[in-house]
Amino acid sequence: MSATVSGDGSASAGAPHVGRAMRRKEDPRMITGRARYVDDISVPGMLYAAIVRSPEAHARIVSIDTSAASERGDVIAVLTGEDLADAFAGPMPMVWSPPGVEIKTPENWPLKRGEVKHVGDPVAVVVGTDHYSVADAAEDVTVEYDPLPVVVDPEKALEEGSPLVWEQFGTNRTHEFKVAGGDIDAALDEADVIVEQRLVNHRTAGAPIEPRGVLADPHGDNFTVYSATQIPHIARFVLSLVVGIPEDKLRIVAPDVGGGFGSKLQVYPEEALVLALARRLGRPVKWIESRSENMLTAHQGRDQINYVKLGAKRDGTVTGCQVRVVADLGAYQLLLTPFIPELGFPVMGGCYKFQAIDLTFEGVFTNKVCTDAIRGAGRPEATYWIELAMDRLAAELGMDPLELRRKNFIAKDEFPFTTALGITYDSGDYEGTLDRLLERFDLEAFRREQAELRDRGVYRGVGFSTWVEVCGLAPSRVVGPQGVGLQAAFWESALVRVHPTGSATVFTGTSPHGQGHDTGFAQIAADRLGIDPQQIEVIHGDTDQGPWGWDTYGSRSLSVGGEAVARAAEKVQEKAKRICAALLEAAPEDIELADGKYRVRGSPDKFKTMAEIAGAAHIPPQELPTDIEPGLEETAVYDPENFVFPFGAHACVVDLDPETGKVEVVRYVAVDDCGPAINPMLIDGQIHGGVTHAIGQALYEQVVYDAQGQLVTGTFVDYALPTAAELPSFETDRLETPSPVNSLGVKGIGEAGTIAATPAVTAAVLDALEPLGVRWIDMPLTPRRVWEAIEQAKGGVPA
Amino acid sequence: MSTPVPVRLHVNGVEHQLEVEPRLLLVHALRDQLGLTGTHVGCDTSNCGACTVHLDGRAVKSCTVLAVQADGAEVTTIEGLAPEGELHPLQEAFWNDHGLQCGYCTPGMIMAAAGLLADNPNPTEEEVRHGLEGNLCRCTGYHNIVKAVLDAAKVKDATITTPTSPSQQPEVRA
Repeated sequence: MSATVSGDGSASAGAPHVGRAMRRKEDPRMITGRARYVDDISVPGMLYAAIVRSPEAHARIVSIDTSAASERGDVIAVLTGEDLADAFAGPMPMVWSPPGVEIKTPENWPLKRGEVKHVGDPVAVVVGTDHYSVADAAEDVTVEYDPLPVVVDPEKALEEGSPLVWEQFGTNRTHEFKVAGGDIDAALDEADVIVEQRLVNHRTAGAPIEPRGVLADPHGDNFTVYSATQIPHIARFVLSLVVGIPEDKLRIVAPDVGGGFGSKLQVYPEEALVLALARRLGRPVKWIESRSENMLTAHQGRDQINYVKLGAKRDGTVTGCQVRVVADLGAYQLLLTPFIPELGFPVMGGCYKFQAIDLTFEGVFTNKVCTDAIRGAGRPEATYWIELAMDRLAAELGMDPLELRRKNFIAKDEFPFTTALGITYDSGDYEGTLDRLLERFDLEAFRREQAELRDRGVYRGVGFSTWVEVCGLAPSRVVGPQGVGLQAAFWESALVRVHPTGSATVFTGTSPHGQGHDTGFAQIAADRLGIDPQQIEVIHGDTDQGPWGWDTYGSRSLSVGGEAVARAAEKVQEKAKRICAALLEAAPEDIELADGKYRVRGSPDKFKTMAEIAGAAHIPPQELPTDIEPGLEETAVYDPENFVFPFGAHACVVDLDPETGKVEVVRYVAVDDCGPAINPMLIDGQIHGGVTHAIGQALYEQVVYDAQGQLVTGTFVDYALPTAAELPSFETDRLETPSPVNSLGVKGIGEAGTIAATPAVTAAVLDALEPLGVRWIDMPLTPRRVWEAIEQAKGGVPA
Repeated sequence: MSTPVPVRLHVNGVEHQLEVEPRLLLVHALRDQLGLTGTHVGCDTSNCGACTVHLDGRAVKSCTVLAVQADGAEVTTIEGLAPEGELHPLQEAFWNDHGLQCGYCTPGMIMAAAGLLADNPNPTEEEVRHGLEGNLCRCTGYHNIVKAVLDAAKVKDATITTPTSPSQQPEVRA
């Protein structure tokens, strides 16, 4: 490589590696085309699968004729749901079972029998030797459907007489869940001003650029499944139950994964199907979905309607916060489908001291693909309504919206702060991030510029978001079976192994898909081991390597998984000190790790390197006491006692053309606080991407179904991801308020930008539209919607 | 399946003689027949650009080119952008500037950027942003990608994009 070593962490030995903007260890393979994603893996004898999917949103399957497809050359098998009725030990599970609440959960089999419930529901599968031919053969499978009534609007689905997605339940309401704290009636009675707002948080797609893919490879009674997944460990557990293969015979590998954004936090029916096919046929089977299939059948996000009521006294003191959430869950219950709207509840109340918070969640079946976790998962929705409702409250009170926020912020010296819901926020400095934001963003100068521009017919607006989120999933006892009711735990593991020659391998139970764990975790381990990060490999995403783990989602990898790495590395350091002490005839407590050496305190010339210690650990010399076990590896398992609560203050500036309704983001300033940085470059990268995801939702992206349940936005032609041309460069800054929850002091940052930014963008558009009399528009703020809102405000009738 | 036809492709300086279905896309010829899996597929509609390669020195989306259309052409993929063991200035800049996260769009993004710099060696930020609008990234928000392209443009050999004449003799493989 012609690369210089600057930025790789090895330049100045001894200085801490944590905190440096070290460039990534993952990148050399990725920038040269040597990364390995699922579709890059081939094994001898491999077959390809293509899935036949329903074109109807709701229908009875009358017949399936597979004969023409079966007769094609290259086709090995064509199988229907009936053919595979005995191939599964159970249906796809949903894992939320809150104590005392029934959640209606229909059976969800990998191939449908009897009825289909949304466009894209799988009804048959073709397996053959060539991936072009199986696609042809899938088109030759003739399925006769008897259409049934369709419902796509979640509020209409709740009305009396609506078509039912599932006849047996007698209703489309899946469940109702309530969370409340404080006396909401008293709090709202006490309020001088109450604002009420209905907000639609529309359906979006995760849209990782790598679609889903699975390769199941049988060898004897054992199976290796390569999957583009965020959750290989959970997938093994679930696939074992669904397909009926013992966990010890099932290895799941998440190789390089091309983005997830929550859409790969799932165990999909297709994963179970491909594994069952490999077992049935005794040959490796690969299924790689097309983008159209991904848009039809990968789970989607958001799709909530929020009815928000905020109360405040005349002086701006907020009193009560009451919200009803109607959540469109789609046609089935996937792994976490009904829980996602509720997931944000700990921060529903935001950065503000509400004396009472009252939340009601209703889930609804519709004839659409399921919703589930997409980047932020419940928290972007919460931040969206709390921040925009605070703006409305400020307008009602005639207060500056930032002053209203400051008046109600939980103050820096009030942490840990227990909210009306009984949730304890770990640490924060909300004034601090807002102050820093306003140092970078001169609001007075902006208002002068805005007025001048308006005189010239240019509509510029600014919006703010002072956000807090809850992440670091999760304290197992809080969210587990006897807590919130997830049938899971959320601790994390790490194994740190120093090899005889002094390099090391870190195994983590988390499973990255772009975040940079190989780099960040190597930095954490390097400081604790006294090894250069370039000599530390981080292994993840393989259930046959390293201890059990709970994978990657909910901005948990660093604050839970990274903490486990730190603890395991510290155990290794302790043992290394004992070995070093024996070799140098010193007391273990006199050995210090400094400048990358294990040395005797006060005698810096008496030292051993990790390579020398590791050699002695593996080939013990006589002077090593026999009570020190040979080898140099340690495991740590960490279950956090609380969540972590990152926060920040963002400002978005937009220009708006009132003639066309087109909105352009011209400036975006993000000040965030996720505790001490492990690698500040990676934090900035997460913010850039997270904010962009939210700008996409606010301005461009929307999953659209028509009234018949047909997906209108089935490709990237119709589903508009933001491109480089729509975006500005971002301005980022950070404060570092440590979390007391973990020893690193860190909080998650993977979802923060997405959680923060939709209200800032929407508020900026509303600010720009203020002189035109527009008070509200629901996202996405497309030119047409903005233009229609302007026309309506004028009193005209939009075309 | 229709009758395979012969195609001669010069890929990364190596000549290959292939038998392909007339409908075979160039991206699948590269990935499935030549094992060059650095070129990725991310959509069905030529929107994402993950499959971008150079065809006779021009950046193209290889999901929108038939292998037979590339008969006799010089193809450069991400694997051949720089000589083995070296990095192209764009690869170096993407690494230095954290211009990638999951890496899936990266080969296409780098090949598109190389095409952009070949046409316009000193682009403005605006020109880079518009020049890359045919390539989608879901991870980075493009901020560091744009930075990397601008940084690479400062390196004087960044526009040398197609190492089509390696020192070794062309090798013909079936």
